[in-house]
Amino acid sequence: MNHPHGKDPAFLRGMTQRRLGRRDAFRLAGLSAAGLALAACGVKGKGTAKPTSSAQAQSEVEAYWSGKTKNGHVDFANWPLYMDPKQPELKQFTKQTGITVTYKEVIQDNPSWFAKIQPQLAAGQSIDYDLMVVTNGLHFTQLVQLGYLVPLDHAKLPNFTANAGERYKNESFDPGNVYSIPWASGMTGIAYNPKYVDTPPTSMADLWNPKYKGKVGMMSDSQEIANFGLFALGIDPDKSTEADWEKAAAKLQAQRDAGIVRKYYDQAYIDPLAKGDIWLTMAWSGDVFQKNVSDGTDLKFVLPKEGATIWTDNMMIPKTAANPVDAITLMDFFYDVDVAGKLAEYINYVTPVPAAKDVIAADAAKATGEDKKLLDMVAGSELVFPTDDDYARLRSYKNFATPQEQKKFESIFQAITTA
Amino acid sequence: MSRLRASLTPYALLFPGTLWLAIFFVIPTVVMLSLSLQSGDVVNGYAFTFNWHSYVDGISTYHDQIIRSLVYGLASTLIQIVIGFPVAYWIAFKGGSRKSVYLFMLLLPFLVSFVLRTISWQFFLSDNGLLLGPLKSAGLVPQDFHILATSAAVIGGLAYNFLPFMILPMYVALERIDPRVLEAAQDLYASKAQTFLRVVLPLSLPGVFAGVLMTFVPATSDYVNASVLGGTSNTMVGNVIQNQFLINQDYPTASALSFTLMALLLVGIFAYARALGTEDVLEVAAR
Repeated sequence: MNHPHGKDPAFLRGMTQRRLGRRDAFRLAGLSAAGLALAACGVKGKGTAKPTSSAQAQSEVEAYWSGKTKNGHVDFANWPLYMDPKQPELKQFTKQTGITVTYKEVIQDNPSWFAKIQPQLAAGQSIDYDLMVVTNGLHFTQLVQLGYLVPLDHAKLPNFTANAGERYKNESFDPGNVYSIPWASGMTGIAYNPKYVDTPPTSMADLWNPKYKGKVGMMSDSQEIANFGLFALGIDPDKSTEADWEKAAAKLQAQRDAGIVRKYYDQAYIDPLAKGDIWLTMAWSGDVFQKNVSDGTDLKFVLPKEGATIWTDNMMIPKTAANPVDAITLMDFFYDVDVAGKLAEYINYVTPVPAAKDVIAADAAKATGEDKKLLDMVAGSELVFPTDDDYARLRSYKNFATPQEQKKFESIFQAITTA
Repeated sequence: MSRLRASLTPYALLFPGTLWLAIFFVIPTVVMLSLSLQSGDVVNGYAFTFNWHSYVDGISTYHDQIIRSLVYGLASTLIQIVIGFPVAYWIAFKGGSRKSVYLFMLLLPFLVSFVLRTISWQFFLSDNGLLLGPLKSAGLVPQDFHILATSAAVIGGLAYNFLPFMILPMYVALERIDPRVLEAAQDLYASKAQTFLRVVLPLSLPGVFAGVLMTFVPATSDYVNASVLGGTSNTMVGNVIQNQFLINQDYPTASALSFTLMALLLVGIFAYARALGTEDVLEVAAR
């Protein structure tokens, strides 16, 4: 207990008079204070050594997977709006393999999901899910560093080997897909409401345009907002240095000080955009499409000419999973070209299976009316199937070498978003 | 034997509550205090190092947000007293046989989740929403006028969200006033204003005090209103703490800020109790 004014007589009276319970509680607090040293080691270090050679990695894979068998069930944790609510894909999976799936949309954002599962994984307990989807970035790296993820047996991933796009087989955050394979990718660009914005924005500079004073939304996530500041200055985020961050922060601070920014959003920017509280905003590619489909809005999304970030949500198996074989079977199932196509038709994020485009195009040829229009739109959408030109403009999040570097980065940019 | 049993009875009665407090209040508080003095990071672990820097750095970096939270908390509490007192007074003295109906109506909106209520305010107050849309098209307010993303929106949200916790204790205090006391005041030729100022108001003060305790503390540490209704310059210390815990995983700074806030609130409450001339704060709060 920390009572900085313990000498206050009123306080002492209140705490001691005729109140057995409280006095007892206080004694107990004294005991607990003695146990402070014990509590001090409440958060232990759990960093583990990573395999350094592929042979070593291979032996880890064999050690983990030997003796594991199919159990007939898998618990899948995913994000909202990441599958058709009728779950046609999962029904098909159960029909094909006999494995039942419990699908829960329990992941709202990476930090809180990490905070939720970390204590259980640290204690070696089950998190009740065999398969989960986490974005590349800080928390993904920490899951790997802490040894919480199962090394994947690629012999069990034939569809992935055959159908995944080359780009998705060698991502910088998990080279060789040791721990993860992509679920979907998306881009962070600029969304705008054409009702209020006459000239479509094309560059980062539009977010600094005084014309839109008080009507610009920015994201509060340090990585996302930093990237926009860096792009605006023509710096590649992945190669940026501390000096670059300071410059980007100054640029973002100027935008804030000029009153251009309405608010720093976590993820609830799409409704204010549709309502006209903000006119243009940083946004994730799929959100705009889904909002347009579900609410009949006419919001637009552009990749600014300076560049934009691409991120990848990845499927992975936590170390304490009860049904790893069923989980990896399901992971591979989503790399079936047909399944990937159907999924992309609904979620409208970038699919890691390029051949899915043909499936969607074929579906579009068969469909009529509104459906056909929609499917043609998906097959032709650069947000689902980015062109090489788009990819050339897309950059990844900054990977941090040390926690100190990360902390420095966060403190520079959070000074702007949480002032 | 029976004497022993009798002397043990109070302890037996206190046991569940004490155990509950110990497990869910004392231990977490001690762990938090310990955390606030540790240094390290999630991957490499935290170690107890008497790292007072979390306090120094936390306060020097976020003093603006701390002060803002106290100001918002105070402003919303004052608004609640101004709005709530007449309501409580009316229900207590003029409510008649329908008192419980009025109280229920008062509580009805609060059966809806806290976050949802705040979001519905966001809908209502949006730039072209139910309130401002018609006003703007009628030309009564300028086109770029907005309520959301201002201090007023956050303070208003706080005042709204905690209002019943202000009204109910005040109502209880007012309702307890014996009507004969008021009759006595009239018999002694007190005017209506005098009766109110010299009889009703002093007797209602414990209720006001309890109401302030129950609203000022949660309003000051709230983060939902600021994140839903606020803009770039309305961040409260609750938002910072949430950020430090969940996004940065900087547990020491988050804990240090929590303790700083707790200390400030305690100091504020006891100073307030003094100013009000209350002898025993907790006694009053327990009424």
